[in-house]
Parts: sequence; structure tokens; C-alpha cells
Amino acid sequence: MTSLSTNVELQGLAEEKSLKSKLRRSQRKQKFKAICLVAPLFLFVLGVFVTPICIMLFKSVDNPEVHKNWPETTAILSDWQGTELPPASFYLALSRDLRNSSENKTLSAAAKRINFERSGMRSVITRTARNLNKTPLESAEKEADKLLESHKRWGELATWQAIKRSSSPYTSLYLLNAIDLTLDNDGSIAKVSEDQAIYLNIFGRTLWISLVVTLSCLVIGYPLAYLLATAKASLANMLMIGVLLPFWTSLLVRTSAWVVLLQKNGLINDMLISMKLIDEPLVLLFNRPGVYLALIHLLLPFMILSLYSVMKSISPAYMRAAISLGARPSLAFVKVYMPQTLPGVAAGGLLCFILSIGYYITPALIGSPQDQMISYFIAYYTNQVINWGMAAALGVVLLVCCALLFAIYNRLANKHDLKMG
Amino acid sequence: MKAIRTALFSAITGGLLAAQVASAQSLTVVAFGGASQEAQRTVFFKPFSTTSGNQIVEDSYNGGLAKVKAMVDSNSVTWDVLQVEDPDLLRGCESGLFEKMDWDKLGDKGQYLESAISECGMGHIIWSNVIAYNRDTLKTGPKNWQDFWDVNKYPGKRGLRKGAKGNLEFALLADGVKPDEVYSLLETEEGVNRAFAKLDELKPYIQWWEAGAQPPEWLASGDVVMTTAYNGRITNANKEGKNFQVVWDGQLYSVDSWAVIKGSKNKDKAFDFIAYASSAKVASQYPAHIPYGVAHKEATQAIPEKIAKDLPTYPDNLKNALREDTAFWVDYQDELNERFNAWVAR
Repeated sequence: MTSLSTNVELQGLAEEKSLKSKLRRSQRKQKFKAICLVAPLFLFVLGVFVTPICIMLFKSVDNPEVHKNWPETTAILSDWQGTELPPASFYLALSRDLRNSSENKTLSAAAKRINFERSGMRSVITRTARNLNKTPLESAEKEADKLLESHKRWGELATWQAIKRSSSPYTSLYLLNAIDLTLDNDGSIAKVSEDQAIYLNIFGRTLWISLVVTLSCLVIGYPLAYLLATAKASLANMLMIGVLLPFWTSLLVRTSAWVVLLQKNGLINDMLISMKLIDEPLVLLFNRPGVYLALIHLLLPFMILSLYSVMKSISPAYMRAAISLGARPSLAFVKVYMPQTLPGVAAGGLLCFILSIGYYITPALIGSPQDQMISYFIAYYTNQVINWGMAAALGVVLLVCCALLFAIYNRLANKHDLKMG
Repeated sequence: MKAIRTALFSAITGGLLAAQVASAQSLTVVAFGGASQEAQRTVFFKPFSTTSGNQIVEDSYNGGLAKVKAMVDSNSVTWDVLQVEDPDLLRGCESGLFEKMDWDKLGDKGQYLESAISECGMGHIIWSNVIAYNRDTLKTGPKNWQDFWDVNKYPGKRGLRKGAKGNLEFALLADGVKPDEVYSLLETEEGVNRAFAKLDELKPYIQWWEAGAQPPEWLASGDVVMTTAYNGRITNANKEGKNFQVVWDGQLYSVDSWAVIKGSKNKDKAFDFIAYASSAKVASQYPAHIPYGVAHKEATQAIPEKIAKDLPTYPDNLKNALREDTAFWVDYQDELNERFNAWVAR
């Protein structure tokens, strides 16, 4: 009897096991399918989004120019305290590195890097290398003499400190510069001089412009979105086309159209003059109001569409209920309707704000130099002066700004139970 | 399934092959766009395509080496021949971004102006940065840089090229510095401070341009009352019916060169093109299309007087002129641009 029951139990257990393994197998299959479905997107995001961002983060601290191109000097300087002038052997190492790197065409990269630490070093280094190349390599003392003869700066402690600072494989220089700080000769953090400190100001300007644009979009977009969500289908369709048409037009076309409209002899000025409202053409282009105008126009659809999607889903019954319970329509709107649109406001606001802090083309075409936002300087460092470390560092600060903003939004969203869209 | 795979494979390889064939036959030449590139198209690109059978693909840029560096560093060189400004040529050559000039193809160095010959470049044009104004709106125009700075006598906006190069020289000239003292003064901190202080005076009236096509547009639309401009763009706008005036006093002239980008897949053809464009017969036709000086001595002599008087190199136009100091700008470009950017953004 017992043996029979054990038998049955065992059998049951075996069945359960095979059932479980079958289940697991089928689950595994499902999981595999799911991974396969997600894989293209995952790889895409990894390839074109995550990797470049990581590379950018790395570039902002990467410091290869001197480290890689002047190996002997770098090695010898790593033990040097930096309190007194180095011995002749250092000059020999430097002289060898100078010769080699001018041969390999890497001299200008190293010279440019050291120039960031001490201005004027670029020409000192290239001229010295030109002089050195005329003579063969000799003893340490002779090489030291040659260097000192080429430029008196080689006999200055600050020069060697600058080389030492720029020869480490990683640097905080770019990140510090991006927030108007720098490293002193003794390695402590200090503010940069008055005539170079611009980035904090520009970050502030970027955030301010974005804030003004976002709030304006909200003020203009809210009533329109409300109308879109509540109007009759035929009118709503027409309005929707009005919102979407500019949305589908290329950003560059819309920006250039603003240039045509706003310029001194442009449509707006001509019209105002012909209507005898003004005598002299107004200055509408290359100033802040022009930038605001064009940015608001560009970003308005994002706000309207976010608001619309939320407003469309709010049942008109709530408003009617509130009014039937005795609330005035205006009070009902503020107390009942508006709180329900908050997720749309938050989503639209975040979208507009984050899009506008990264804007580049519109301020570049319509603004004066005093209206340029931070992306202009990122583009400047990438495209014109080839200082990718600085471009990456500014990018990092911008990224941190975005992340902070998103964190704040998340906080608020959790508190008020808001959801995106 | 297999059929699909084969079809896909052959489509991809076919596409790649076609792309490779296309790149092997065509030469990509990059210049500064606008009127000057139109002239290049007529005089160099189209005739070269017909005579050599190598199709020329054009691109344009606003100067600077970033894109070239990105191409060379990432080993994906898609440009072949590049028109470069003097300081960029020197820096690019120092950092190994350009091929060394192939003198076997270009022939005897003696037939070219000395200032046009360098390790990595062959002089293409001699161009100038000048003051220009619209005679339709300004009956008596500025005569020199002092007038350019005089906002009481000539109220209105002024166009200047965005960047330190040029503007610091002009500011010193406006401040009464003689042309031959400008660069020695700029090498000192006081000189630079003096230039920026002079620029401060004009700052509220400046509208910055970045592309060479902007100044003539702004003069025509009345956005600016006077502007600096590439001399050729102004003369060419006049050919199209505008009434612009070039002020030669205090002109800043420089050489642009052809350079071949390091690692170009069409290196030989690139030098063939440069040799073709630099030859006396071809180069001499260029000033008729846009008034820039050319590097070939024989070609320079062959230019008719009517055209020559609009060139930066015409003796009358060289009075008070300033030759851009390439070595100075190679050495100080980074610092001065940094300071300029901080100044302009404030």
C-alpha cells in the first residue's frame, strides 16, 4: 500500500517535473522571441545613442596629445615634484620628443594642448622644434643650452609645470573650463580671468531663453489645444491642419522664412511702413525678440499636440457635473478641468524645454552673438577650432542640466501622480 | 530563403561596387561656394571634366580644418581637393592633414609667384578683404577705416566677418596704426587690448557675417550701410546690376591655395586637377569671371587692364594695403579667437 502510494507520488512528481521543464522551455522560447524582437532597437540605441554619449563623456577628460606624442618627457615628468627647474636630462628627453614629433607631424597637436595651459607656448614649441631640427642630437647639457637659446621660456618653472599638467592621460581642464574654472600653476582650482569667463553666463542665457519659450508656448498653446479638443470635427480638422502644416515643414525652411519676414526691408517692415505706422524700419532681426519669435513658432506644435492628446481624453461630463452642482463655468474650468490637463502641461513643457536648450540653427541664423545658446559653442569647438575636449565638456554640462531637469520632473510627477502624455 | 539571401547579398555588393566605381571616377573638389565657386565651375571644373573624363563632384565650406581632421582621423576621406586659406594650409600641413605637393606634375616652381608656393599647397587666388558700400544709398562713402568706424558721419550697421582674423588688424588701422606696424603691435598684449578697445567702440553697430555671400546681400537689402567683403563678390554683384563701391585703402590681402587631403583615394587625379587649374592658359581666364589675382606669373601678365584694375594686386590698389601675416595667425589664432569669442558673446 505504501509502496503503491509512493509509486503514484513519484509518478506525479515526474509528471510535474516534465511539465515544469516544458513550461520553462516554452517560456525560454517566448523570452528568446521577445529578445529577438527587441534586439534591433536595442542594438540601434546602443550603437547610435549610448556609445556616442559614452565616447563624448570620455572625450571630455581624455588627454592624449602630450601623453602619446611625447612619451619620454611624460615618463620623466611623472616623478618630478614641480617645485624647482628640472635637470639637464629632462631637456634631453624633451629635445628628443620635439624632434620625433615634428617628424611624425604630431607636434602641432601637442603644442596646441600645452598652449591651453600656458598661452604663447604654441609658437615657442614650433619655433624651437624648427631650430632643433637644424642640428643633430647631442649631449644633455648641449641640448639644454639649445632649448634655452631658442626661447627664454624653457628656463621658466611655469613652462615645465604646464607641460607636466598637460602630460597626464586624463584631465579635468575641459570640464572646469566649461564652468569658467581653471587649474592654477600649483594645481588648485581657480576662477578664470574676467575676459574669458563666458560659459556660466551662456548656460544661464540658454536656460532663460528656453524657459521664456516654453512658457510662451504654454500660454499660446493652451487655449488653442482646448479649442482643438472641444470644437466641432470640421473646425477641429482645419485647425489641426494649421498646426501640422508648419510642423511638417523643414526647420531650416521655417527659420529662413523668418529671416525673410523680419529683415530690414522684409515683409513686416515694408507693410508697417506702407501703412504709415512707422517711418524707419524696425530692427527685428539679429536680436533676442527675433530668436524668441522663431523658437516659439518652431516649438509650438510640440506643446499643442501634447496638450491636445490629454485634453481629448477628458470627459466633458466632469465639467457638466461641476456646473450642475452649482460651480460657475470659470471656477469649474479652473478647479475641475485644468488639474486634469496637468500631465499634458508637464509633458509639453518638458518636451519644449529640452528641445529648446539644444537649439542651434535658429539662434545662429536669427540671433546676434549675444543671443547664441550653448549648442552654438559646442558646434564652434567641434567644427571650427577642433577642440573636441572642450566641445565634449560643454556637452557634458548640457547633459547634466537635462538629467537634473528630468529628475525634478520625475519627483514632481511622482508627487502629483502625473504621467507623460 | 536562400534565394532571398542571395538576392540581398548581390544587391548589397552590387551597390558597394557601384559606389566604389563612382568614387574612382569622380574627384571631389571643395571650395568656398557662391560667386567664386560659380567662376571655378566655369573655368576649372567643367573644362577639366570634359578634357580628362574625370567627373568633378563639388562641395563647399566656410573654411576651418575640423571636417578635414575628422575625415583623416577616421580614415574616411571623401574630399580630394580643398581650397584653403593660408593659416589653415600651414596648420593642416604641420598636423599632417594634407599631402605634399607633387611638383613633377606642377612643373617648374619659378613660373609661380613665390608667395603661392608651399609644402602642401599650390596658390590658387590672391583675394582681399575690403570695405564695400552701396552707392545707391550712400552718395559719399567711406574712404578708409577711420570712416568705417565713424558712426556719426555714417549712421547705420556695419558688416564684419565673425572671427578675430582681420578685425583686429582693421581696428588698429582705424586707430591710426600704420600698416607695417600692425602685426608687431598685435604680438604684444597692449596691442591686442588696443584693438579690442577700438572694436568696443563699434560693437553696437556690427552685424557679423560668416559666409562670403552675405555682405553683398546685406548691402543690397540695406541691412548694413557698409561692410567688409571679399573683393571679388562685390565686383561680381556689380556685374549683376548692383552699384557697389570697393574701398581699396587698407585692404587686407591673402592667398588661398589648393591642397590635397591626406589619404585621398584620387591623389593622382587631384594633382592632375591642380596642375590643370594652375596652368597659365587656364588660370588667366579666371579673373575675368571673378576679380581675384592668380599665382601663375604668365597668367597675371595676360590679364587685360580692364579686369586687372579690379584685382587686389593692381599697383594702385596696393597703396596702404596689408598682407595677412600667416605665421602670426598660425601662432596666435587659438588665443585671439578665444578672446574674440568671449568678447563677442558678452
